[in-house]
This record gives sequence, C-alpha cells and structure tokens, in this order.
Amino acid sequence: MRATALLERHRALGARLVEFAGWEMPVQYAGILEEHRAVRQRAGVFDLSHMGELHVEGGESGAALAYALVTDPPALAIGRAHYSMICASDGGVIDDLIVYRLAPDHFMVVANAGNAPVVADELRARMAGFDATLDDASMRTSLVAIQGPLATSVLAPLTDVDLPSLRYYAIAEGHVAGHAALVARTGYTGEDGFECFVAWDEGTDVFDALLAAGTSQGVVPVGLGARDTLRLEAGMPLYGNELTRDTTPFDAGLGRIVKFGKPGDFVGRAALQAAQERRRTKALVGLVVRGRGIARHGYAVFERGANGAHAGMVGMVTSGTQSPTLGEAIAMAYVPPADADAGTMLEVAIREARVPVEVVALPFYRRPA
Amino acid sequence: MDVRDGLLYTDEHEWLRVEGDTATVGITAYAADQLGDVVFVELPALGRSLRRAEAFGVVESVKAVSDLFAPVDGEVVEVNQALVGKPELLNSDPYGEGWIARVRLAEPASDGEGLKDADAYRRMIGA
Repeated sequence: MRATALLERHRALGARLVEFAGWEMPVQYAGILEEHRAVRQRAGVFDLSHMGELHVEGGESGAALAYALVTDPPALAIGRAHYSMICASDGGVIDDLIVYRLAPDHFMVVANAGNAPVVADELRARMAGFDATLDDASMRTSLVAIQGPLATSVLAPLTDVDLPSLRYYAIAEGHVAGHAALVARTGYTGEDGFECFVAWDEGTDVFDALLAAGTSQGVVPVGLGARDTLRLEAGMPLYGNELTRDTTPFDAGLGRIVKFGKPGDFVGRAALQAAQERRRTKALVGLVVRGRGIARHGYAVFERGANGAHAGMVGMVTSGTQSPTLGEAIAMAYVPPADADAGTMLEVAIREARVPVEVVALPFYRRPA
Repeated sequence: MDVRDGLLYTDEHEWLRVEGDTATVGITAYAADQLGDVVFVELPALGRSLRRAEAFGVVESVKAVSDLFAPVDGEVVEVNQALVGKPELLNSDPYGEGWIARVRLAEPASDGEGLKDADAYRRMIGA
C-alpha cells in the first residue's frame, strides 16, 4: 500500500486510516459530520497527494492532449484549467481529469489516484508520433487543499500568489509557506478553495502551516469521508460510482465537455458522436429520500406502479448518504430519461422495504453567492 | 474506551443490562466509535420475538451499514424512539440515552452462552 508524505502527520492527528485506491489515507479525524460542517461554515485542509499529476510538455503537447482527451486543451489560456475526461474508443470514461495549462507547451493533467497509472499509460500510447513527452510526477508531488469560505483569508498570508485575482479554474506559480508551489482555485467540495501542488517532502509543512494559520478560526483537517459527502452534496461525479468504463460523458449529463468542433480526430470521437445522437437510455439524477432510510451505492431504483403497485427495477443508485447540510438522505442514480424530470416519484429498495424517493435537480447544495 | 462494569457484552459489541426478567440492549462505546457518526437507526418492531444472533435492527453511519444482532432470546417490549430523531445519541451516550431496546428474556441471561462480563469484553477489544 502506498502512503503520502503526510502519513505520520495523519497518525499524529489521530486520523482513522483506510485503504483507498491502493493508498493508506485518512478517512476521518474528529468525525465526518464535524469535518463536513467545518468546510461548509469555515474551512478544511485536505491531503490529496494520492492524486496523479501528469506533466505533458513539448511543441505538440496541446495537439497530443486534444487527440487523447475529449476536451480541447489548446483552447485554454495560460494559467487556466478545465474539467476533462479521457475516454476509450467506445466512448466509455477511463477517468475524469482536470487539465491545467502552465505554459504554452506545458500542461498538467490531474487524474484520480486509482486511475493515474492507467491514464499515464493511455496518454503515452496516444501521444506516440506527437512532439510531446509525459512525466508522471505523482510520486514527487504533494497536493494539499484548503476548501471553505475562509480559504482565501487563511491562505493569503502564507502565499505570494494574489488570491483575489486568481479566478475559479485558474492556476498560478508562487510560494506557500516558503515553498515553491502551484496554487489552483479548484476543488471538489462545492466551496471556494485552493489546491496547492508542492514538492513531495514539503507537503507536511504546507499542511501544518495551513492548519496553524486557521486553527483559531476553527479550520480543521478533513479526511476522505467528508470529501465524499461534500462532493455528493455539490452533485459532483465520482469515478467508479457515477463514471465508469460503461458510461459515456453524455450518460452522466456532462456531454457539454466533449468538443466535437476541435480540429483533428480524437480517441472516442465516432462513438461519442453516436452517443450524442442516439436516444439516451439513462440519465443521472439527484434523489431525495422521502421515507425512512438511506439510499446507498448499488441499491435498486424502481418506478412506482399505478395504485401503489410495485413496478419493475429501472435503475441503480450510484452514490448516497445522509446529507449533513440538508439533514435528508440524498443520492445520485441512473434512471431512464422518462423518469428523470424533477418531481418524479420513484422508489429505492432499502433492505426489505421500497422507500419513496423524489427526483430533484442537481446539485443538492450550492454555496451562498 | 468506556466499558461499563455490571453489564454483559456480546462478540458483536452489544451490551445488555439485566434487570429482573428484562434486559436493556445497546451498542458499546467501542462499536459506536468504530462506526463513526451514526445518522440512521432502524429499530425492531414492538412485540417482535427475537432469536439470539438474528439481525433485529440496523445502525448506519455516514459510511457504513451495520446490522444489530439479538444478544438473547426474548420479546421486544420497548424501543428507544428518541433514536429516530436523534441517532447521534448512540455516539454521545451509548450506555445511557443511546439505549436501543428492552427485551423480556425468554430465560435468565448470564455470562457464558455467548455473553461476556466487562473484563472479558475489555480483553476482547484490547482496552
């Protein structure tokens, strides 16, 4: 099992450690609910060093990524980022990614921990013939995030990056706690916040500095448990749950990221074109449980028959939890497009019971403007 | 980890407080800590007759779903309705306000027969 540079820090903070995607990671420190609320109300500090950082450089790095991914990285301005996916030739999602443009001929692709080796291999294969090289910096890079309404005020005194001018999905080079860093205004919680990419050995120092700067304002370390409930409330997909090799970006309601208008071919173009044109068979929806229970990953979804009779299974819950912010059980699920309108009443099988659920628009939570 | 003297314990981390022919049942502080924040409790029906080791309820934390196993044979005579609205009582007061059910015992309960005293339970969890 792999460990980030911060493992000893997590132990010292009393974290409960679990295996996640081959990494020994903190699932919680004080408790998932407390950490979740801290991020919504104040801010939380995360060790995300298990994520993969793949640097693509060279005169044709942009063209290579435009061929390898569904988005159009050459259209990014320097210092900007976008959400992307790498798809197989059949249109299935291999991973969802964030692509940052650091320089005209230098991109950083951030992949999910469990997928990073596969993404690196796929990118290398797809870049063959382009003037571009791939450097997998995952084991040289620590990633420490601060997310929440206090993120700017806690990070600002520790960095020379001008945070107020750093836009959402932008990245800048500078320092954090005296260490060279790339600071990005990105995250996975539905809150404002920053992700700091630093050298492997400097991750603990940056994590400590953020906690020390924020502790008097109630900023706490946050584990992967709350990261999951935060992203679910924000309606953000998780690879392995909402996104798999058997889903296309269109199934997940993310077809807008596929740029058919970009020059040249890209892997999956024909299949994705067909996926866009054919009638959809499933749609990703939000559900709120209107009875007793929590609809969880893998639970079956049913239509409600006439006069209360039970009808057949039509879908599956991909993620579900008790929402700490809303105080209700929420879930995401794939259902037939005919059942995807907000207000539609469906049922989820929770143990022996069929529990009523209501289709709602995503996200469940949007931060106050 | 808090283990109370005078209670009986199961291998599934439930406690039993025997008073005459009834027993109050809950989960231990160790179990509550292992689960993390409890957000949902499914209680057994009143009057349900229980066989030892059968699942008679469910406790869900943010991350996990766990069955409750009947520690003894008997009949459910009372359930803690407060847990429906405040499942967090299982974390904050597992031996008090976080009790789960009262069971009329089919036969007297004592240590042995799958039940441990506090010292034996402490040894089991390494407390």
